[in-house]
Amino acid sequence: MVVGLEVHCELATATKLFCSCRNAFGDEPNTNVCPVCLGLPGSLPVLNRQAVELAMRVGLALHCSVEPSVFHRKNYFYPDMPKDYQVSQYDRPINVGGFLDLPDGSRVGVTRAHMEEDTGKTTHVGGGGGRIHGADHSLVDYNRAGVPLVEIVSEPDIRSSEQAKAYVNELRAILVAIGASDARMEEGSLRVDANVSMRRAGEAAYGTRAEIKNLNSVRSLGRALEHEARRQVGLLEAGEAVVQETRHWNEDEGRTSSMRSKEEAYDYRYFPEPDLVPLAPAAEWLAGVEAGLPALPAARRLALADAAGVPPTEPAVATVVSQGLDDLVTAAVGAGADGRLALNRAANELAHKPAPEPVAFAKVLVMEAGGRLTATQAKAVLAELVAGGGDPEEIAKAKGFEALGGDVVAEAVDAAIAAHPGEWERYAGGEAKLAGFFVGKVMAATAGKADGKAVTGLLRERSANR
Amino acid sequence: MAGISRDDVAHVARLARLALTEEELDRFSGQLAAVLEHAADVASLDTAGVPPTAHPFPLVNVLRDDVPGPSLDRDEVLSEAPAAEDGRFRVPRILGEAP
Amino acid sequence: MSAAGVAAAVRAGARAAVDVVEEHLASIAGREDELHAFNLVLADEARAAAEEIDRRVAAGEDPGPLAGVPVALKDNLCTRGIATTCSSRILDGWRPPYDATVVTRLREAGAVLVGKTNMDEFAMGSSTENSAFGPTRNPHDLSRVPGGSSGGSATAVAAGFAAAALGSDTGGSIRQPAALCGVVGVKPTYGLVSRYGLVAFASSLDQVGPITTSVADAAAVLEVIAGHDPADSTSLPRPAPALRAVLGEGVEGLRVGVLREFVDAVDPEVAARVTAAATALESAGAKVDEASVPATTLGLSAYYLIATAEASSNLARYDGVRYGLRVDGDDITSMYGATRAAGFGAEVKRRIMLGTYALSAGYYDAYYGQAQKARTLIIRDFDAAYGSYDLLLAPTTPTTAFELGAKAGDPLTMYLSDVCTIPSNLAGHPAMSLPYGRGGDGLPIGVQLLAPALGEATMFRAAAVLEASLA
Repeated sequence: MVVGLEVHCELATATKLFCSCRNAFGDEPNTNVCPVCLGLPGSLPVLNRQAVELAMRVGLALHCSVEPSVFHRKNYFYPDMPKDYQVSQYDRPINVGGFLDLPDGSRVGVTRAHMEEDTGKTTHVGGGGGRIHGADHSLVDYNRAGVPLVEIVSEPDIRSSEQAKAYVNELRAILVAIGASDARMEEGSLRVDANVSMRRAGEAAYGTRAEIKNLNSVRSLGRALEHEARRQVGLLEAGEAVVQETRHWNEDEGRTSSMRSKEEAYDYRYFPEPDLVPLAPAAEWLAGVEAGLPALPAARRLALADAAGVPPTEPAVATVVSQGLDDLVTAAVGAGADGRLALNRAANELAHKPAPEPVAFAKVLVMEAGGRLTATQAKAVLAELVAGGGDPEEIAKAKGFEALGGDVVAEAVDAAIAAHPGEWERYAGGEAKLAGFFVGKVMAATAGKADGKAVTGLLRERSANR
Repeated sequence: MAGISRDDVAHVARLARLALTEEELDRFSGQLAAVLEHAADVASLDTAGVPPTAHPFPLVNVLRDDVPGPSLDRDEVLSEAPAAEDGRFRVPRILGEAP
Repeated sequence: MSAAGVAAAVRAGARAAVDVVEEHLASIAGREDELHAFNLVLADEARAAAEEIDRRVAAGEDPGPLAGVPVALKDNLCTRGIATTCSSRILDGWRPPYDATVVTRLREAGAVLVGKTNMDEFAMGSSTENSAFGPTRNPHDLSRVPGGSSGGSATAVAAGFAAAALGSDTGGSIRQPAALCGVVGVKPTYGLVSRYGLVAFASSLDQVGPITTSVADAAAVLEVIAGHDPADSTSLPRPAPALRAVLGEGVEGLRVGVLREFVDAVDPEVAARVTAAATALESAGAKVDEASVPATTLGLSAYYLIATAEASSNLARYDGVRYGLRVDGDDITSMYGATRAAGFGAEVKRRIMLGTYALSAGYYDAYYGQAQKARTLIIRDFDAAYGSYDLLLAPTTPTTAFELGAKAGDPLTMYLSDVCTIPSNLAGHPAMSLPYGRGGDGLPIGVQLLAPALGEATMFRAAAVLEASLA
């Protein structure tokens, strides 16, 4: 599978790209319009400084080169287009040549990230389910017309649906981290189109690609790519060709259908926008934007992995960064906690919850690592910490979590073995899942205070020593 | 440089969303061909090394602060609309997605 | 009475603005039927505005530098709540919800808007015969055109309907009708006057400018409308130049070049008036010589590729969706096609198609691309000439006013009317036409002054000298 993604993101400015109408979602139709964004005769565009600032942030965060650029008119007729041309960027875009590093360590190239204005919104009346097909007429709202967009085009470096989803998630995290966009696919502030082709393993040339539109979530993206891959492989194996076209993803039916042929590329008649002058951000401005960028997810993952002493591709690392808990884990490690344990506990127990105080968090982890708390007990103490703070030692004591001596656990294990010879024979004979049976017995005998891992360790030891 | 054919004119009329009559197609083909023939002096010019001029005056970086301003009154806007419904502009059915 | 004269009298309380307005409305009533300068006469609005001016004068408030001056506006300038049609069926009855910046500035200066003037549809034409509402006639000879595309504005001023008018100039549309009607017409440096609210024809060429009976009036109006506008990104970041103050400075020592390529392109009697103007400038102390700007011969072709290309895009918005004419169709595409076919006249359709072709895949480089390069060559040749000269002197039009219908059959013949005016638009330079005698047929002939970018002051100085030389 070879995939390239085109992502449009709405910039989080107060006003539109070329006029001072509000950039707002969900207002009454046609209440945020003016002569400029309606394209009334005689109106003229004036570029929003903040939109340029945010576009530069996007470019820099994606390691692009920020270049002097110009705007072009992309000419075509459609009712959501007030001027029947879209002001966009063509062969001199603001950002070129960057990349995105994913949590799994792979890198996807970014060809360009350019600025353009958004169109209005059309609703279709009379057809089934608001679709164009079979509609009687349509209604247009221009509130969204003129909202600033950055279109981010990836190189066709993506090789699986998982990687595609990871790319979108990573891109989203970056856009949110730099304050450029709230990047919500469900709200339309992040829109993804996918270009997909298939080729045989080992083949260098790319196959014919199809473009897929109408992907409303990351999950849809994954499903659509899988479906499209199967469809294309099916065609190719039957000796048929893949047609270069645009296909519409239908979430309910779980399939793509042809929209139009892209063979005859539409003639947009691009020419430089005469109503705007070129953009050449001063070096000081650019330097200021770069300096103002926060730590980005990829850098944070590297830093966290380094602090925790684990490889950066370890899944918990990405989870902890995406949950914003990397500072906490790093502090905990600094206070003596084991890196990997801190990562796992944070990822699994602390998501979407108020963070505990780092030193207290570290203490719990140290207690667990030292065998003073079982895993279950540690989680319970953490939950208490999160809910109301406090001191882990005291919480443990209050809950009656005592360290169980190793010999106490061993005694309980031996007692359980002695009490259930039949199951023991079967376990020792290779039915590994009977370990759970014995763990349960030991837990019951020790009122839950035994450490499950210690028990399974002892079981293995006993069976090996038979 | 070949002149403009009747097919070219028909194609261009479609691109420009102008529904021309057969008579208009014939008439315009001749007239446009004449203009383009005259324009051959520019088309065949040796412009090696000559940059294009998009703007007569070299302004750059004309920007506006991101501060909200007044929008139009919706009723005033829709009062000029050929057809409106539900606070929106109404158009006949659209047959395809945007190109 | 001149615009300056009206303003001075009204400001001094010597004349009532309402009286001035009535006088002009009477002129309109007398000859408008035969001339058809206006698409819309704003009698009630004008009276109300004049009353307000008089009230302010009486109250001791400053009524503005153009107080009480009746002004006519070309009908491609947006006037809030007042029909702005561009003389096209596709905008028949459309009322903009906003004023063009130049309109706001005129109002704030105390000018009284008396009407919206007829024009070639969407400013495409050189005779005002391309109006969807019928042609305007030349006040000097009703069988002849007033020129175009600002024919209505030029006629309004020549016939005394208004003391001043605004037109727009993309390839000569202020200067050429001014020449044919015997009045003054100025195309400013590109970017000097805001285009916000001017319905676009060719964005990189369009400029708004004054049409008046005198050089001093043109200076007064230009001072009011010029200057930076934040609503227009192509607006130059400078204030309006001081022009009235320099009118008396003369031309002593100024180097003037008579533009050979243009003189060669016109009728002998027109060329003769240029020679006379050259002599007058020389007598006033200028050094006059022959100048050459060879690349201007590329102007016509470059213009008809660039202007039509930009126009084809600027006019795409007239699609029946949001305002203006709609001819219904089964689906949106047939609605577009039918609306635009019914709404646009033949010349507009021709230019849209030519422009679409010039931009289309496979032809962009050969046509639009080359034309933008030809533009560079024209600018270079002008710059070279301005190394030796402060101003260029030239004819404005090849002939005096031609007869209605004489050039309507062949577009190319009509286009040739603009050879002397087009290059200034391509270069973005200022140029103005002023009346300088008549032809054997008794019709007005205009001569043209061209200056480098932001050379308005020099240009007006020479214009004042030439105007005085006729007195």
